[in-house]
Amino acid sequence: MLANYGYKDGSGEFFIVVDTDKCDGCGACVPACPAGVFELVENQYDIDAENPIAAVTKEHSKKLKYSCGPCKPASGYDKAGMACVKSCETRAIEHSW
Amino acid sequence: MITAGIDCGAKNVRAVILMDGRVAGKASVPAGMDAASGAEKAFDAALKEAGIARTDVSKIVSTGAGKNEPRFTNDVVTEVGADARGIHQLYPEVRTVIDVGAEEGRAIRLDARGKVVDFAINEKCAAGAGAFTEAMARALEVPLEELGALSLASTQAIPMNAQCTVFAESEVVSLVHRKTPKPDMARAIHDAIADRIASMARRVGIEEKVALIGGVSRNVGFVKSLRDELGIEIILHTDPEFVGAIGAAVVATDQ
Amino acid sequence: MAVETARTEYWRWTESRWTSPDIDWRNGGVISGGVDVGSVSTQAVVMVDGKLYCYSNMRTGSDSPESANQAMAWALDGTGLTIDKLHATVGTGYGRVNVPFATKAITEIACHARGGNFMYGPSVRTILDMGGQDCKAIQCDEKGKVVSFLMNDKCAAGTGRGMEVFADLLGVHITEVGQLSLKVETEPPPVSSTCVVFAKSEASGLLRQGWAKERVLAAYCSAMAHRVGTLLERIGVIKEFAITGGIAKNPGVVNRLAKELNIQPLTTTMDSQIAGAIGAALFAKALHEKKGRS
Ligand code: SF4
Ligand code: SF4
Repeated sequence: MLANYGYKDGSGEFFIVVDTDKCDGCGACVPACPAGVFELVENQYDIDAENPIAAVTKEHSKKLKYSCGPCKPASGYDKAGMACVKSCETRAIEHSW
Repeated sequence: MITAGIDCGAKNVRAVILMDGRVAGKASVPAGMDAASGAEKAFDAALKEAGIARTDVSKIVSTGAGKNEPRFTNDVVTEVGADARGIHQLYPEVRTVIDVGAEEGRAIRLDARGKVVDFAINEKCAAGAGAFTEAMARALEVPLEELGALSLASTQAIPMNAQCTVFAESEVVSLVHRKTPKPDMARAIHDAIADRIASMARRVGIEEKVALIGGVSRNVGFVKSLRDELGIEIILHTDPEFVGAIGAAVVATDQ
Repeated sequence: MAVETARTEYWRWTESRWTSPDIDWRNGGVISGGVDVGSVSTQAVVMVDGKLYCYSNMRTGSDSPESANQAMAWALDGTGLTIDKLHATVGTGYGRVNVPFATKAITEIACHARGGNFMYGPSVRTILDMGGQDCKAIQCDEKGKVVSFLMNDKCAAGTGRGMEVFADLLGVHITEVGQLSLKVETEPPPVSSTCVVFAKSEASGLLRQGWAKERVLAAYCSAMAHRVGTLLERIGVIKEFAITGGIAKNPGVVNRLAKELNIQPLTTTMDSQIAGAIGAALFAKALHEKKGRS
């Protein structure tokens, strides 16, 4: 499942996509993100699932543009080089912006 | 040499007359429905203050959201360009300028020669600009001019959850019902917007000295919250809302 | 279906409740409950062996647990059933952890997909829920399992709250906004600002220019339709398509969205706001049965 956390407001679209079919619940992204954007939660989308899945916290999902600001300098950035994306071995995390 | 800069903002139009690098006249009028006539009025008022006629001005440059509206100007410059030139003229030591206007926030990083290295903009979402504090003042039933001073009297920091102006209004209303002290609410409002402006500024890489300009920098509560959030000193010009217009007038002196 | 209505408020949807004339819970097996505590309205649903038995839809009060209790009490009103007779109950929605009698709390996305599947049938692939303070777009499979979703609860644009701001500005009841907006002869250009705050000043400007109310509403309804349309693009719109939540009751937005996406949404005779609570009640049944097996 593709979980899109974030929002679209007047200023643009800011989503972090977690592919729960790829996420194995290892939790590496949680300490990797300097802003504390991720948490591990029970997988409620699949009643038989045993592993937890990574999710964006409620608080951060409403201000991702700001939370991720320091990782995304105005001069340009490489999405693959961001701490969260790099920390995930199964490549379950993607950013829309 | 006499030049003029016109800053056609979303809420106000500001005009500045620059005479040999010195501000000889300035005026601000509400933009109203029609930026073009607002610009005329502001320009005439600034000329009057400088005691000169239109024909004495060798070049007029406009900037701001409505920069293309006035017919009498000779050239336009982007808001980022105008801010950079204006601040470099006034404070050559500044490397980061933060501009918070009614509908837009900007952060710009400059090099030692005043050239723009990087910039970031918050636009089209009221939560990242002065429109946020205006709406919050209304929800709190406090005049906007008093909101800043009120927040300086706060004794505790309370968090604000909503990131949207509209949802924040409801949050403020329910805080009022819960009898939260108004100074603490005012501070929560300024902390919230300062937090957003600071993270926008971090995207350009904050380098000292830092200057704050734009109409919202008149709000002492916001300035305090931003200082606390960034943890550094911030330079404030006496007329922070005129820096863009000054910059446009400086651009007009270019050959 | 006989739907009772009660208590209206200026800018809220009408509250409602319903009991199935065909089912007697005394003959049934599993009685499961679902409660969706939203920021604006709360729905309670009771199902008997996976069939819809009764529901209520009412305004959320200042206290979530109390709202959940009241909604369930109203749903059960006159049925002879009491809360303690429910075998399992799932709470969902923004106040899901505050349902005192719930066995478990489950995210609203999973519940909406499941409930949408029940209400609109297994052919539903895309569900758009426009709630009072959020907007969810869900793609699901034929079993009502989520394939992808997005939820926007940060920005008031594209939510019921945004519409309320306009209803208030124009002094029109929220339930009439949609119909009124369809009274225009020619479709005006949509309001250009996405932000509700800026859109509101734009609308005030239009009113000063002499625009009629319905024209301003039409401009806003089409702006909102366009906005949710672009949100849906992120997850993709696959047939069949259904709209739930309060905005499903606003033809001004629904018709324009259908035109924009070129897909006619499915309709239902049930209250479009109860999808989440139905999904919760179905999860409650599944949980109860799973417990029985282990
Ligand atoms: S971009 Fe940076 S702040 Fe944002 S989620 Fe990734 S690691 Fe965290
Ligand atoms: S409605 Fe709220 S979040 Fe959306 S753009 Fe406006 S202020 Fe920002």
